[in-house]
Formats: sequence, C-alpha cells, structure tokens
Amino acid sequence: MTNATLESLEGEAGKFTAKVHRLPRFINEDLCTACGVCTMYCPVLVSDTYNEELAITRAPHKDYPQAVPASFYIDPKKCLFLNYETCQICIPTCQAKAIDFSQKEERLDLSVGAVILAPGFGRISDKVLARYGYGRFPDVVTSLEFERIMCASGPSRGEIIRPSDGKHPQKIAFLQCIGSRDITSGNGYCSSVCCMYAVKEATVVKEHAPDVDISIFYMDMRTAGKGFDASRQRARDTHHLRFIRSRVAEVRERGDKLRLSYADSEGNHKEDDFDMVVLSVGLESPEDAQSLAVTAGIKLNQYDFCDTKAFLPLDASRPGVYVAGAFQGPKDIPESVMQAIGSAAAAAEILHEARGTEVIRKEYPSEMGIAEEPRIGVFVCHCGINIGGVVNVSEVASYARTLKDVVSVDDSLYSCSQDSQKVIKDAIKEHNLNRVVVAACTPRTHEPLFQETLRDIGLNRSLFEMVNIRDQCSWVHAHEPKEATAKAKDLVRMAVAKARLLYPLPEQTVPVIPKALVIGGGIAGMTAALSIAEQGFECFLVENSAQLGGNLRRLKTTLTGEDPGQLLNEVETRARNHPRIKVYTNTQVENVSGYIGNFASTLSTETGSEVIEHGVVVVATGGREHRLKKYLYGQSKHVLTQLELEEILSSPEKAKKINEVVMIQCAGSRGDDLSYCSKLCCGQAVKNALRLKELNPAASIYVLYRDVRTYGFMEDYYREAREKGVVFINYEKENPPVVMPNDDKITVEFMDVLLGEKVKLEPDLVTLSVGIVPNEVEELAKLLKIPLTQENFFLEAHVKLRPVEMAVSGVYVCGLAHSPKPIDESISQARAAAGKACVPLSKGFVAVEPIVSSVGKDKCIGCGICESLCPYKAIHLIKVDKKKKAETITASCKGCGICASHCPTLAISMGGFTNEEIMAQIRAFGEC
Amino acid sequence: MGREHGAKSGAVLVVGGGVAGVQAALDLAEMGFHVYLVEKSASIGGAMARLDKTFPTNDCAL
Repeated sequence: MTNATLESLEGEAGKFTAKVHRLPRFINEDLCTACGVCTMYCPVLVSDTYNEELAITRAPHKDYPQAVPASFYIDPKKCLFLNYETCQICIPTCQAKAIDFSQKEERLDLSVGAVILAPGFGRISDKVLARYGYGRFPDVVTSLEFERIMCASGPSRGEIIRPSDGKHPQKIAFLQCIGSRDITSGNGYCSSVCCMYAVKEATVVKEHAPDVDISIFYMDMRTAGKGFDASRQRARDTHHLRFIRSRVAEVRERGDKLRLSYADSEGNHKEDDFDMVVLSVGLESPEDAQSLAVTAGIKLNQYDFCDTKAFLPLDASRPGVYVAGAFQGPKDIPESVMQAIGSAAAAAEILHEARGTEVIRKEYPSEMGIAEEPRIGVFVCHCGINIGGVVNVSEVASYARTLKDVVSVDDSLYSCSQDSQKVIKDAIKEHNLNRVVVAACTPRTHEPLFQETLRDIGLNRSLFEMVNIRDQCSWVHAHEPKEATAKAKDLVRMAVAKARLLYPLPEQTVPVIPKALVIGGGIAGMTAALSIAEQGFECFLVENSAQLGGNLRRLKTTLTGEDPGQLLNEVETRARNHPRIKVYTNTQVENVSGYIGNFASTLSTETGSEVIEHGVVVVATGGREHRLKKYLYGQSKHVLTQLELEEILSSPEKAKKINEVVMIQCAGSRGDDLSYCSKLCCGQAVKNALRLKELNPAASIYVLYRDVRTYGFMEDYYREAREKGVVFINYEKENPPVVMPNDDKITVEFMDVLLGEKVKLEPDLVTLSVGIVPNEVEELAKLLKIPLTQENFFLEAHVKLRPVEMAVSGVYVCGLAHSPKPIDESISQARAAAGKACVPLSKGFVAVEPIVSSVGKDKCIGCGICESLCPYKAIHLIKVDKKKKAETITASCKGCGICASHCPTLAISMGGFTNEEIMAQIRAFGEC
Repeated sequence: MGREHGAKSGAVLVVGGGVAGVQAALDLAEMGFHVYLVEKSASIGGAMARLDKTFPTNDCAL
C-alpha cells in the first residue's frame, strides 16, 4: 500500500487492529502501462525529489524507471485539476484510460498479530548544513545530491559536474560528520554509514576521472564492518585519496572556488581551495518519529530513534511491535537487512500458531499434455517506443510468421501488461500452442511473469523462451535501426529453433525435515535456537565445551549498563528447559551429510556417537580474544587484555588500587596480526575506562588509538569518557607505542602528535585491545562445503542482501563466526539466521527451479570431476550396480552449468539448456 | 481476550517500504504470514533506491 500511513494501533500482541490511511494515486495501478505519455503532456513542472530536486519532472510521474509499483501517480500538490479544477490534459493522452480523478482517500482497518516498524531515517536540517555554506554556495552539495549527480540515471546522466557552471570539478573535498557527532546540531551520535559512502563516492569519482584530486576531512575513519577497512585501504592506495584528520571550521567562496579553513592534526591553521565540497550528511531520526511513536505506542530515545535494549535490539517498548533498520539507530544496509529478517523472525515467534491461516495460496490448473509436433507462438513487444522506436517490430513479426512451426504471431505495445497476458493465453487456447517465444526486454526481470502466464493456462513453464530485443537490439544499436531490426530477426529465428526442442521440465519439490541444528552455544547460538524453537520447530543445540554461554560468561557489564550475567542466566535457563530444544554440551559435530531439507549429522558426545536428522543448519561457532605476542603480553603481569581488565574491575576493591592505565587500541587488529578491525574493542575500552572512573575517579586513563570507532549511540559514551577526563591520544600504524619492562614496573612510550614530542608513562597497567579471532572452523567449513574469508570468518552469500545465508542452501551463519561484532548485533543476527532457517522449515518443502542438471547414467564414467567442481555441493557420486555414477541433488543445484560444461563424456545436461537446444540455436544463427 | 490458542492473527503489518521493510515483508510472506506493507510515499525502495552504488563492492543498489 503506497501513499499510506499508520493512523492508530489498538489491541495487543497477537491481535492488533491497525488503522491505515491511504491517499489516492489518481492513476489506476492495474491499468497504467507506465508508458510516460501523461508526463510528456502535463504543463506543470515539479522538482524531482528522487533526484534530490536537482532535476524536474511533471505532476504525473513515477519516482524512477524501476519504481515499484510500476504505475505512475499524480502529485496532488501540483496538479492543476486537483488544485484549481482546470486542465485535465492528461486524461485523453492516456490510451490505457488509467487516469482517474474520482479516486478517494481510504481508511482501512487491518487485523494483524504483530507490527514491524521500518520507517528509515530523516534528513539533517538545512540550518546545520548552512554552517558549511550549503544553500549559499551552489557547489556545496550533500552526499545524497552527489550520489544522484554520479548516477547514470541522475540529472547529469552520471557526468560529474558542478551545479554552478556545469564544469568538471578538478578538486573535491568531502567533509565528514555533518550533523553527526556534533551536540550543537542536536545529534551527539555517530551516523555509522558516512565514512563508507564517502570512500565509495570518492572511488566512483576517481573511476570516472582519475585526475580529480580528492581530500576527505574526517575525525575518525569508522570503516569498522566486515571487509570495510580493507576496502578503504584499497581505495586510498589505488586512487590516492587524501585523508586529513580535521574538522573543517569554515567554507568561504573565493572566486569560483570554495576555500576551506581547518586545523591539521599538529594543530596548524591551514587553508585550501576546492572546486566542489560534498557534505557527508548523517542519518537523522525520521521526521515523523514522534507522531509514529504516539500512534504505535512506543518509546523513543533521546535522539528520537526507537528505544530498544542492548539484549533486545529488535523489540520496541510495546509487546508485539518490532523495529528494523535505521529507525533503531543509524546503520548501514547489511545491518538493516539483518534486523529486518530478525524482526520478521520475532513476529513469527509470537504468531507461529497462526502461520498460514491468512495467506492466499495460488492454484494452478493441471498441466495439459502437449502434442509431439511443435506449435510455436511468437509475441513481439514494442515496449512503447523503447523497442518500437528503433526496431521495426511489425517487420520482425511478419518475419516470424515465415519460420517453420510458428503458427501464431502477435505484436503488442507492452507484452508485459495485464491485457497482453490475456492475449497470450487466448492465443495458446485458440492455436493449441505448445511453445511460446516472447521477443521483448530482459528475461532477468520479465521471464517469471510470462512463465506465470503459461502456468495459468496449464502449460509447463519450461516451454517458454525469451528474446531480448531491447538491450541487444534497440538499446545497443539505437542509431542503426535497419541493423537492429535485422539482428532482432536473427535472434527470433534462433529462439524459435531452440523452442522447437524445448520439453516440459517437472516442477519438483523436496520435503524438509522440520528440525534445525545449531552449532555453537554462545549467545548467538542460544538466541538462534530459542527463536527457532519459539517459531515452533525442534532444534538441536550443540556446544563444543562443557558450558553454554561462550564469551558472554566473561562479560561483567555492557556499555549501556545491562547485566550480562542475568542475560546468560535467563537465556540458558530458557534454552535448557524449552520442550523443543535439545542441548548437547561437550559435543562435536563429526560429520554432516545431505542437503537442504535432509541433513544427517553425526554428533560425538561424551557417551558416544549419535546421528541426528535435520532440515537446516545454523553456524554460530563464535570467536575469542586474540592472543598477542607483543607489548609484553604474557611476560609482564602489568599487561592485560580488555576482558582481563573487565574481570578486575568487577571487584571494586581491586579497581580502587589502579591509579594509572594506558590502553592500547588495535594492539592486535588492523595490523600485522589481524588485518581487519575487530569492531567492538573501542566500545570495550570506553566501557572499562568509564567503569574505572566510576570506581576510582582519580585514576588517570590514557587511550592510545588509531581511530575511535564508537559508532552509533556508543559515541555518547566516548564523549562522556572525555568529559570525565579520559585522555585519548592518536597514534599512526607506522609509529606504534612501545611497552618496555622497567624493573618490577612497566614503561610505555608514545608520540603525542599534538604536543609534537615523545611521552613516557609508568602506568600500573597496560590494557591491550587485542581483537577477535574466529574459533577453529576449517574442518566444519569443509564438512559443510562453505567458503571462509581470508581471515577464517564464514563468507555470507551476499554481503548486503543475504547477510546470514551461505552459498550452500539451508546453512546460515550468525555471531562472531560471521565477523567481530558487539553483543546486540550478534543477537539481531542470530534472530535473523533463525528467521531464514525457519523459511524452509515453515514451508515444509523446498521448491526446485526446473533449470537443474541431470546426469545421463549411461554416459557417466564416474570420474568425479563434476563433484569436485560444484560450488554448491549439489552433485555427488553414488554406486549404481557397483559402478560409480554422478547424481544431481536437485534441491541444492543452482543451475550454473559448471558440471555440464566440464563433463568429459557430455553425460550431464542442463534443463532448458541442453546441448541439442543450444546447438540448434547456433545452427539457426547461420541459416538466414 | 485474544490470548487463547487460535485467536491470534496470521497477518503482520510492516510500516515503511525501504530495504528493511521490504526485506521483513518478503521473509514474513515466505514464512507463511499475510503481510500489509505500508509505505507513505508513492513507491517502495526508500533511500537505497537513491544510491548509485554500494560500499564496499560497488554493486548497483537497485
């Protein structure tokens, strides 16, 4: 439901009534073909909010070409008819008769069991931006505006130009922390995403124009996420980006340039001129946060983001209401996606009894048998003027009629529109078609739609072939209409040749054992197991060591003041007593065989081996503190890790005896030991520093850091620590502090850049932020055939969009096994992994795409090449009559074709892409 | 009231059609729940749809 807002939420978890107010679009979604003619005729200019108001559109429009829903809408604030009852020019221009000014606003009462709030984030106010010349100087732009300027579908079609004079900027400055980490702007927090997008935008500029000089003015580079530091380094080294640690004081205009004044890290006053300034704007709470909070009955935090607790990061204050994404706190896309999946799992936990009660299942007619003789229908699409403006579509259609076995041809303005689907169905019935070819746009987006049409009428969806005469003809040969038309004919002829040989492929499903195996009994594993169990499924929770709890056992406090001991107690008790969870301690996973839906694992327990069967696997094997060999760790009793200090601080008596501490950040991380950032050590150092200050306010604490990465709301605690007198001193990787023995004591020597001289201290303790390493998982990774990163963390299927899934279907990851992260993020991710794991468990089956490989057992010689090459563990050797033969595990096969292309005896064939089909296509190319 | 077995609704309301809202809606639908996805603007996609590319892989955002 678009143009819709929540007006009220009555009732309680499991049984809410939500009132939703929906404004009209004034264009009927079902009729609109998104042809764009209405926009062309509308006389009213409207600034294009999608393009950050850098471009103009007109009252009827859609936000961007790929927008969903694909239909246009009319801007009610600007439309002449809606405001002055004149005009209505658009109505006769619409051939689909979709424009409907009689649409009225609606109020809907929806019965729902749970609510997920994901309203996103708001904008930093212009008043804050004005301090940096925004609004006064046209070449000061926000990062979002710059994003549009760089984009190929943006106002300048991807050409990077200055708004003032359209010239190419030669020197660009990025200013970080605009509206973030700045209490004068009202936002004390760090927005957690700006460092990454600034590096990205700078990289994109350099790829467009390698000679552009780019400076990034920053306070701390907070590229803390998985693989982020490596990307930043790569960007800096490949593209020679200049990073300047400084907050810019002022932006002035100087001729046609912008002059920045700033103080560098040595404290010197500097000025520099730039052609363009990009403000890296932070994430503000949503504009309507307060009204949404009142409507939904939830609490906000001091910055108007949704208030959550560290151990319940997805639960809003009202039971049954969950939160995901930036509204919970500034965060990037992978974190938002994780929370989204996790909140879906949370909703499923409370509603599992009602699962499936309100879904509408689509029924298909049974498939009709098809005649031997191919009867092919060809449908050629104009795509408005998108194809028809270049390719002579009727000529292509006439040509198709001349091809062998083609018994029906049609061309339509939009083959993808609803009425065209009816035309296709009618033609199938009338001409008794048993193969369908559509020549239109890309199968990537539209093949499923046409296949659905085939299924609706009872034709197997594999009897369909699509030709892309848009990308491959009208787009790439836009200036050669004759040649584009000739090529379209070639492609249609080739598709028809292939279509002749198409045969129906079975719609397969594989049943799923509705049980899960969770490997690892730390907080991530326990959370995942509990979520799966609460969603109604049985779960085996397997822990290597004697106790559940993992690292949580060693934590005494959290930065936000929660009690980890209490959490451990609660979660462990729930996990141990849950009727659907079976806990195994002192147990190793010896072997895993099978595939999604049907795994069998051998557990080696204290009492012997046990084989369990399950449908999915959640990997939560965790990590631990890295063990260092430098800074005298293990040699001097004065040198501790942060966790060891935390242990001491749990006894106030001992804490009071500590008068001076030097903390060394990145002692293990971001260097020779571990190349990556361990993400949680900065927060840990601030936590311990604050705790010590609380117990012994007179204690001197020095934190030697590379970048302080207290992202999000952690920044408040970093500020508090500075206010309480904790001294933070920056050091560079090339010039690390030195720790030396000094009789029974210890000496730390480091360079204070601001003072410009070396400082020597003799603290009571040196505390090392040693970083996080994953537990040993090579064996397990091999068993599951899952790739690891260079650093031995599990590699997810897609860093942004599939953050808990693995390349192998049915296996999910969470917690430190995925990457170093603080406890709240582990909990969110664990719930997300449980959410994804419960998808096949709830369905009870896995649907298999028909495009899978199949082995001709007669030709197979059992060489095993296919098994060794398959990246998805989807083909294996079995014994058939004492001979080795390959067999596809259809549930795991992704249809990539690697096995078929490497089979030395051509025994393996891909559904929908058989050798015969492809050869016929190639032969047809030579025919004409 | 509404607490006993079977009285719970099998539908979920998702407020916001950005990447988080859409992801939650898709997963809930896959898990067998009816989803109402409420978006205040005219199209879903939110802020991510405005991005050109994404860090660190520079994949297209759309």
